[in-house]
Amino acid sequence: MKETITPSRLEKILAAGHWAVTSECGPPRDGRPEIIEKKADLIGDYVDAINVTDNQTAVVRQCSLAACIRIKLKGLEPVLQMVTRDRNRIALQSDLLGAASYGIHNVLCLTGDHQRFGDHASSTNVFDMDSTRLIQTVKMMRDDGRLLSGHEMHEGRPQMFIGAAENPFADPFEIRVMRLAKKVKAGAQFIQTQCIYNMPKFKLWMKLLRDEGLHEKVAILAGLTPMKNVGMAKYMKNRVPGIDVPDDIIKRLAGVPKEKQADEGIQICLEQIEELKQEEGIRGFHVMAIEWEEKVPEIVERAGLYPRPSVN
Amino acid sequence: MRLSYPTNIRIIKVPCTGRVAIIHLLKAFEKGADGVFVAGCLEGDCHYQSGNLRAKKRVAYARRLLASIGVDPERLAMYNLSAGMGPRFAEIAREMTAKIRELGPFLQPSGRTAAPQATAA
Amino acid sequence: MIMAKAKPLEEILSYLEGFQRILVLGCNGCVAVCEAGGLKEAEVLASALRIQNMQAGDRRDIQELSLTRQCDKEYLAELKDKMDNYDAVVSLACGAGVQFMAEMYTEKPIFPGVDTCFIGVTEEQGVWTERCQACGQCILAETGGICPIMRCAKRMMNGPCGGSEKGKCEISVLVGRDVDCGWHLIFERLKKLGQIGRFAEPALDKDWTLSRDGGPRLIIREDVRP
Repeated sequence: MKETITPSRLEKILAAGHWAVTSECGPPRDGRPEIIEKKADLIGDYVDAINVTDNQTAVVRQCSLAACIRIKLKGLEPVLQMVTRDRNRIALQSDLLGAASYGIHNVLCLTGDHQRFGDHASSTNVFDMDSTRLIQTVKMMRDDGRLLSGHEMHEGRPQMFIGAAENPFADPFEIRVMRLAKKVKAGAQFIQTQCIYNMPKFKLWMKLLRDEGLHEKVAILAGLTPMKNVGMAKYMKNRVPGIDVPDDIIKRLAGVPKEKQADEGIQICLEQIEELKQEEGIRGFHVMAIEWEEKVPEIVERAGLYPRPSVN
Repeated sequence: MRLSYPTNIRIIKVPCTGRVAIIHLLKAFEKGADGVFVAGCLEGDCHYQSGNLRAKKRVAYARRLLASIGVDPERLAMYNLSAGMGPRFAEIAREMTAKIRELGPFLQPSGRTAAPQATAA
Repeated sequence: MIMAKAKPLEEILSYLEGFQRILVLGCNGCVAVCEAGGLKEAEVLASALRIQNMQAGDRRDIQELSLTRQCDKEYLAELKDKMDNYDAVVSLACGAGVQFMAEMYTEKPIFPGVDTCFIGVTEEQGVWTERCQACGQCILAETGGICPIMRCAKRMMNGPCGGSEKGKCEISVLVGRDVDCGWHLIFERLKKLGQIGRFAEPALDKDWTLSRDGGPRLIIREDVRP
């Protein structure tokens, strides 16, 4: 087992050489406490850590930190997603310290969708820094015990396992591995990728990052989102920026009756997991079942990834 | 050709409708015209290539401007006809005059007679 | 140059309610170049206001003038003897000009006649695009002469983000036109210049004290002061 530097369970799972399994929960658009708890209960036993999205697609939701605390208090392992869209460096560092105080040990550093996608399109954005600089900031707080201001923390440094996202399907393709390298250089320890549908392109990206030796420096968790139906596949292809859905996926879903399409979507997802298990450098899976969390246990089980190993 | 057209039209000659600026159209109203029309060459037949097309855009802009200050944009129009189409000119002049008469005087209380103004190229 | 766009007439009319003697004041600087607030536009606006006035049966006195610039006191001072003739001014200058007018003529309401939009360039007649956000600390040397602060909708310093598709920014679908991905442009340009290595190092924090976040900015040059 490799050495770990934080108390993160996710880091330990990866260090022990297990496949890691993560999933995500989107908090509700109101103040109810039970929604996130129900979602966490549903998947908690089937994953090593639960990402909590941070006002995803720029729609106002319960704050990621509060939801992470709820998950933590239930004895589960949260991954705090943080976007730099809404908070400046003061607020970002402040929230990281708050997360540390609750023993939250995983963070996913993101820039965030543009606010014009969301329900407050006329709001201003912050972007005091981008995801790469946020990674550096967390690392500096953890390893050097310093804030960006230079203030030194003698105690209570955030013990964060640092993650980042990468989208192998965005353009220009040739910059994607360079950008990953930059995030790794900044301090990223794990990567959760954009959901994968175009397997040949993903494998090409993996090859290029292996050529740079990046697979030895960072744990790649392959992002997967099962399709509920052909309509969702078409929507993802045409309307969601940076998502690459090849026509054969759409054809395959369209080829089965409507009531069987969800099963077919799960089947595709399982085949992808099997295929990706063979890919050198893939260290785990990030299953993003969008508003379909109840399917995560089935996917994890059928993919042979259950029960989750215990680590200390 | 001796064609008759309404006598209350005042013609302002310009070398090309491309010379007509928005201010010229507005000035006509300011000076008391109840309607204005620009008579340009047929589209595609501009001696200066695109003067009449530019005029068309300016007329459209000025119509929006008029609408925003509460003036019926129908008081301003553009027609395209060639120099050899005298009868058509007379017809347009009658048509425009009739339309403006229907709309009534531009300045409500004054009770002046409708007097469309033409800009011809 | 500073680019601006005429305000809707309805909005301007709403400011002017109750004022009798009105000056429409153009500026022959930047706003004349982008055809939003020069003498020509001042004439059109004043004329439209007069027509509206005639139609409404009011007896307002509406005149127009245009100054060489509204961002220099010596030109604003040309109005000193005339200001008593007006109750209100619609300035077609950029926001700087409107404010400078208001500072010099403190007794008169000065209303903006244009929306000041950006520092930009003329792509072709009638098309203007933004280039600079005046952040106060130019980084163009690092980024192949293309500004990520302005060209990237998330002003990323280590971009492009995951929403860049075929050279277009993810906001394209929202704004209903193709918006170039700034970082795609930067990348292509750095490649051309053989400077792709510049991309490898994570960028440090931007110092926003030199931008609007530092409060109103000021430049003092002792060597050129009288």
